[in-house]
Amino acid sequence: MGGGTEVSDGTDQAPALDIRGLRVVVGAGRAEGEEAEAVRGVDLTLRRGEVLGLVGESGAGKTLTALAALGLTPPGARLRGSVRLLGTELVGLPARELARLRGDRIAMVFQDPSAAFTPVHRIGDQIGEALRVHERPRPSRRAARARAITLLSDTGVPEPERVALSFPHQLSGGLRRRAMIAMAVANRPDVIVADEPTSSLDVTVQARVLAALGDARETTGAALLLVSHDLGVVAQTADRVAVMYAGRIVETAPARELFARPRMPYTAGLLSAAPRVDAAHALSRVPGTQPAPGKAGTGCAFAPRCPVSRPECRVTDPALAAVTQPERGPGRPAARAAERARAAAGASAEHLAACLYPGAGEGAGGGGLFPVGPPPAARPRATAGAAPALRVTGLAATHRTRRGGRLRAVRHVDLTVAAGETVALVGESGAGKSTTLDRIIALTAPEAGRIEVLGRDTAKLTRAEAHRLRGRVQIVLQDPATTLDPRMKIGAILAEPLQAQRVPRAEIAARTPELLAEVELGGEAADRYPHEFSGGQQQRIALARALAVRPELLLLDEPVSALDVSVQAGVLDLLRRLTSAPDGPACLVVSHDLTVVRQIADRVVVMHGGRTVESGPTDTLLTRPRHPYTRTLLWSVPRPDPGARRPLAAPLAPLSGCDTTTGCGFRAQCGAYRELPSEQKRLCEHEAPGPNGPTGASCHFPYPDDATPPPGRPAWRGRPGAH
Amino acid sequence: MAGRVLRRLARSLLLLLASALVSYAVATAALSPRAYFEDRTPRPPTVAVDHELAALGLDDRTPVAERFTHWAWRAAHGDLGRTLDGESVNAEFGRRIGVSARLLLVGTVVGTGLGVLAGVWAAVRKDRVPDRAMTLLSFLILSLPTFVLALLLKDGALCFNNSVGHTVIRYTGESTPGATGGLLSRLGDRAVHLTLPTATVALGLVAAYSRYQRAATLDVLAAGHLLTAQAKGLTPGRALLRHGLRVSLVPLTAFLSFGFLTLFTGSVFAEQIFGWPGMGSWFLEAAQRGDVNSVVAVTLFAAVTVLLAGLLSDLLLFALDPRVRG
Repeated sequence: MGGGTEVSDGTDQAPALDIRGLRVVVGAGRAEGEEAEAVRGVDLTLRRGEVLGLVGESGAGKTLTALAALGLTPPGARLRGSVRLLGTELVGLPARELARLRGDRIAMVFQDPSAAFTPVHRIGDQIGEALRVHERPRPSRRAARARAITLLSDTGVPEPERVALSFPHQLSGGLRRRAMIAMAVANRPDVIVADEPTSSLDVTVQARVLAALGDARETTGAALLLVSHDLGVVAQTADRVAVMYAGRIVETAPARELFARPRMPYTAGLLSAAPRVDAAHALSRVPGTQPAPGKAGTGCAFAPRCPVSRPECRVTDPALAAVTQPERGPGRPAARAAERARAAAGASAEHLAACLYPGAGEGAGGGGLFPVGPPPAARPRATAGAAPALRVTGLAATHRTRRGGRLRAVRHVDLTVAAGETVALVGESGAGKSTTLDRIIALTAPEAGRIEVLGRDTAKLTRAEAHRLRGRVQIVLQDPATTLDPRMKIGAILAEPLQAQRVPRAEIAARTPELLAEVELGGEAADRYPHEFSGGQQQRIALARALAVRPELLLLDEPVSALDVSVQAGVLDLLRRLTSAPDGPACLVVSHDLTVVRQIADRVVVMHGGRTVESGPTDTLLTRPRHPYTRTLLWSVPRPDPGARRPLAAPLAPLSGCDTTTGCGFRAQCGAYRELPSEQKRLCEHEAPGPNGPTGASCHFPYPDDATPPPGRPAWRGRPGAH
Repeated sequence: MAGRVLRRLARSLLLLLASALVSYAVATAALSPRAYFEDRTPRPPTVAVDHELAALGLDDRTPVAERFTHWAWRAAHGDLGRTLDGESVNAEFGRRIGVSARLLLVGTVVGTGLGVLAGVWAAVRKDRVPDRAMTLLSFLILSLPTFVLALLLKDGALCFNNSVGHTVIRYTGESTPGATGGLLSRLGDRAVHLTLPTATVALGLVAAYSRYQRAATLDVLAAGHLLTAQAKGLTPGRALLRHGLRVSLVPLTAFLSFGFLTLFTGSVFAEQIFGWPGMGSWFLEAAQRGDVNSVVAVTLFAAVTVLLAGLLSDLLLFALDPRVRG
C-alpha cells in the first residue's frame, strides 16, 4: 500500500540499507577495561519501501544500531563493519560527504524529542534548517520557515504556525515527536530511521504519532527502520521484524511468521511475556537478565537464560541462518495462503535465527518453553457488607501554577476499593491520576469531597490517628531506582517502615527473610545495596518494603512501567499472587497501560481531564466500554498480533471554541457528540452527565453493549496481508 | 521584560544601600583618620585635629550611626564628601573612573572571550595534548596570586624588551607622557600600555572560564540535539557552532557576576603595580592613609559594578535561553 512497497527487490537496485558485520565499541578512549562491544556483528537489510521493526529490550544495542545506520556514533563510541545506504558505503566516508547524505537520503526520528531538539532555537527554524542545509539554491530563512509550516501541517500538527514559532520546551511530547517526523521527511529521504518514536507517550498520542509516521512514509515512499521495545507497535506496523539481544540480531522474519512461529527461544519468551489488552492470560517469565555490554561470554549470549540450551550452546556462538520451515498443520490454511501470496509476489519469505537448535522447545507453543506464572484465577470478590478499604467521593484538587493561578488537576473523582479488591485507576498523563493518589496518601482533608481510608474520614483524623493509619496504608512508586536509598542496605530499607511503627527489633529481624522470600528474593539480599540489583529486583524490594507492615491498603503508582517486558512479566505475576491471596491487601493501581491493568485488576476506573468517566469490572470494561473516551483509549492500544491488524483509533482534534465549563467535559474531543442530532447535542452542552450513569459511564449517550470501533480516523492504515 | 528589569533594579538599590552601610561601618572600624592627622610633624593640637575631622564628617566622637546618616544623606544628593586633603571625592572619582572602566571593560571582554574559546577548544580536543596543556596552564594561573602574576608579566616584558634592544612593551601608566603624533599613534601607544594590565586581570578569568566552558561544552557534545543536528546533515563542527555553543553558554552566565568580583580584585593590584591612576590604586592609597570617605566611595563603585554585572548576566541568560523567559 505504501508507495514504495511495489518496488521489487530487484538485483539492479541496492537495498535501501545494508548493514554487514556492524560492531560498535562504547567507552573508547577510557580505561582498558571500560571498553565494551555493545553491538557485536549485526547484519540487517532494509529493502526499499519496506517497514522493518527492530525489537529488543533495553541494552540490546538497538539505538546504537539505529545511529550507525546514519554513520553516527555517540561521543566515545567507535564503529566497525559496513553500512551501505543505497549502495554507498558510509563507514569511513569523509565527514562532509556523510553530512550530505544525512537528512537528505536518510533521516532519523530520535527517541527523546525533549533532548533531540536544540532548546534555544524555534521549531520552525530547526525544521527549516534541514531544508537549508541540503537544497540548492539554498532557500531563504523565510521560505524555509514557510515550508516548515507546511511540513508540520502534513504531519497532522494542529496550529502549525504557532508550533513553528514555538521553542521545544513549549510543546507537549506528542507534538515534539510529530515535529521531529516533519523534520525527518523534509527532504523526502529514501530511508527513515525511527528510534522508539512513541515510547513514553500515551496510547492515544502514540496512535496520532504512528499515523503521522505512516502518512510520512506513504507520501515519501521511504523505507522505515522502526526501533521499538513495544511488540504491539511493531506488530501493527512492520512488514518484517528483527529481534536483537545482547548486541546481535537473534532472529529475523516476516512479521506474521515471527509472531506466529518464533524459532529462537528468546523471541518466544519475549512474545509470551508481553501482556495483552484483550485477555488476562498467564505470562511466561524469562528468568535472569540480559548480559551488560561486553559481559557476554563465549557461546550464545542467551544460553544462560535458555530453558532448552545444551552444552554446545555455551561454546559455539550461532550465526544467523535460515531455519527450515516446519510442516504446517492443517489448522493453518490462512498462514499457508499468505505464504503462497508472498511467493507469488516474489518477496522472499526467509526466516533466519541465530540458534543451534531453532524451535527446540516447539510443540508446547512458544510459552511452553518458559516457566509460566499462575493463570489469572477467579479472585475472591469483596465480602459484602464489609467496609471498603478506600472510598473517594467528589474529590477535587488544585495545583498552584508558576504564574500564581490555580490549576484544577482533579475535578470530580469517585472511586471505591473494597477490602481485598484490586482496582486500577487508568488514564493518560494529565488526567489527574497521580494527584488523586497524592491526595489519598496525604491522609489530610481534601480541598473538596471526601476520602475514607479503611473506614476513616481523612478530614477528621488527629495527628496520632493519621500516624497509626499510615502503618496500614503503603505506597510503591514507579521508578524503584529512585525510591531506594542507595546508601542503605536492603535489610535496613525493609526494617524502616517497621521501626516507624515501633516494632520490636527481634520481630523485625525475623520479618526480613520472610519478606524477601515473599517477593522471591534470597535472604542474602538483606546484606546488599540497591545498585547490586536489576530493575525488576529493585521493584520487588520496593514492594517488600511496602508489605513489611502488612498493609490493608496498597497504593501502586505505575508499578511496572519502568521495566522491560521479560522482567515486567515476573513482577506482574508477583503482584497477581500477592493481591489475590486471601489475606492480601486491597490495592489501588495507577497506570496508563491497559495491558498491565488487564492482568492484575478486578475493576477499572477510567479518568479523563480530572474526572472519573467510567468504571466497571475489568473484563466488561476492557472489551465493551460504554464511554466514548474509554472506547478510543481501548482502540488505540496496538495488539501484538500482526495477523489481526486493525486501524488504531486516533482521538479527534478538540473542537475549537467549545466551552467545557458547562455540560460534559469530554464533549470537545468526543466523536459520538459530533454525530448526534442537534437537540441531543444540547443535553451534552448544558448538563454535565452524572458521575455514574446506569452503565457505569458518565455519559448521556453511552455506547451500546457491543464492540463497535469509535469514530475517528485510523492511525496506521493497516496493510492486511501486505508483505 | 521591562518590569522584570525594573524590579531587579529596585532590589539592586536596596542591596547598594546595605553594601554602603556595611562598608562604611567596616571602614570606620578599621581605619583611623585621627592617626593620620596626629602623625603629622609637628603634632597638631587635638582641638585642631577634632576640627579638621569634624569638617570631613569623620569626627570619631559623634556616633557612627549619626556620621553614616549624615554621609548617606549627602551621598544621596550626589556628594560623596571630601578626602583627607580636603579635595572633593567626586572630583577624584571622576578622574579615576575612566581609567578603571577601560581596564575592567577590556579585561572582561578579553577574559570571557578567550576563556570561552579556550574551553571549547579543550573540550573538542578532550584528553589530547591541547586539552592537557590547557588544564595544566589554567591551574598554574589559578594558583598564582594576582600580584605575583603581575610581577612575572612585568619581568617577562622587561626581559623581552632587553633582548629586542628597545622598549616594545611599555607598561608604566596609561600612556607615554608627552607622546606626540597623530590620533592613531596615540591610540596604539595606549593599546600597548593596556597589554600587561589587561593580561594580569584577564588571565585568571581565562583560566577559570575555560574550565567552566570546557565542562559545559562536554555536556553539550553528549546532548541529543547535537546528534539531531548531525543527522540533519550538519558537519560535526557546524553542529557544535550552531546548536551547541549557545546552549553551552547558558550555565556560564551565572559565573559572569562572580567572575567579575575576581576581576575587580585583580584590577586593584594591576593598577597599583603598573602605575595606573584608577580606582584600585586609589583604594590602596586611601586605605593606607585612613581616608574613610575615599575607601567607601571605591567600595560603592565596586558594589555598583558588581550589581551591574549581575544584571547583565541575567539579561544575557534571558537572551540566550528561551526556557527562562517563562
